[in-house]
Amino acid sequence: MVTQKSTRAVGLGRVLIAVYALLALAATGRSVFQIATQFSEAPLAYTLSALSAVVYIVATVALIGRGQGWYAVAWATISFELAGVLIIGLVTVLDPELFPHDTVWSFFGRGYGFVPLVLPVLGILWLRRQGRVARAVDASGVDGAGADGVGAGGVPRDPGTTR
Amino acid sequence: MIEWFTWVQVVVAVVAGIVCVVACFAKRQPDDITVGTGAVVLLLLLVQLVVAIVAPFVGNAPTGNLVEFYIYLVSAILLPPLATVWALVDRTRWSNLVLATSSFAIAVMVYRMFQIWTVQGL
Repeated sequence: MVTQKSTRAVGLGRVLIAVYALLALAATGRSVFQIATQFSEAPLAYTLSALSAVVYIVATVALIGRGQGWYAVAWATISFELAGVLIIGLVTVLDPELFPHDTVWSFFGRGYGFVPLVLPVLGILWLRRQGRVARAVDASGVDGAGADGVGAGGVPRDPGTTR
Repeated sequence: MIEWFTWVQVVVAVVAGIVCVVACFAKRQPDDITVGTGAVVLLLLLVQLVVAIVAPFVGNAPTGNLVEFYIYLVSAILLPPLATVWALVDRTRWSNLVLATSSFAIAVMVYRMFQIWTVQGL
């Protein structure tokens, strides 16, 4: 069985997933509105909005999903989000003219209470922890389910806990 | 939108969120109280939906974009049922934090809806 401490971590992980789902909903809602009503004004910014919405949805699913495939997808999407919010955030601060129309990442996610900036960092910390737990379980002799060299991420997630 | 009702709604959603956060820290499972706070928030949103449909016909027209307004309103209405399903599936105290997240998000969304209705188009 899991200890009290890891129960708390698992619980907070679920809250993280819920917040991801919320951000996915927010980004999708804004993107649908922008594309439905004013796409021609800023095709690039609004395509970016739609892309970020899709990435948030995939990241949410990947965090819920099990196995190393989803684990890799979670790493990829969350890293993409962090890169996106940092790059677009920096561009909008340095040269607001370049992106005059709002995206979820503009000004480091200011329109969303900076949640888009904080969330990928928490997500990466969570994934790193998941990887450590899996390696610890591997080392203690439990079946590692054949990691195929995806690097530090190439281990099954969350093997020792029950839902 | 009716201003006083909107503010009541924001305050109720914030209080609902605080109750759920406290329940999580008190290590309580999601129960009738915490799920009930979500139900109250949902009920007020449904009243807000009726208000939003009727208001333009009685001289209280939105200044901003009505499509954006309804995307916010419909999204907000989806949140309490989703959080409730979550609380029924995951019977740990952390579901109370999920319920709290839903209510806090709704408070912000209602405020944003109020901005769209009253000042966006001015």
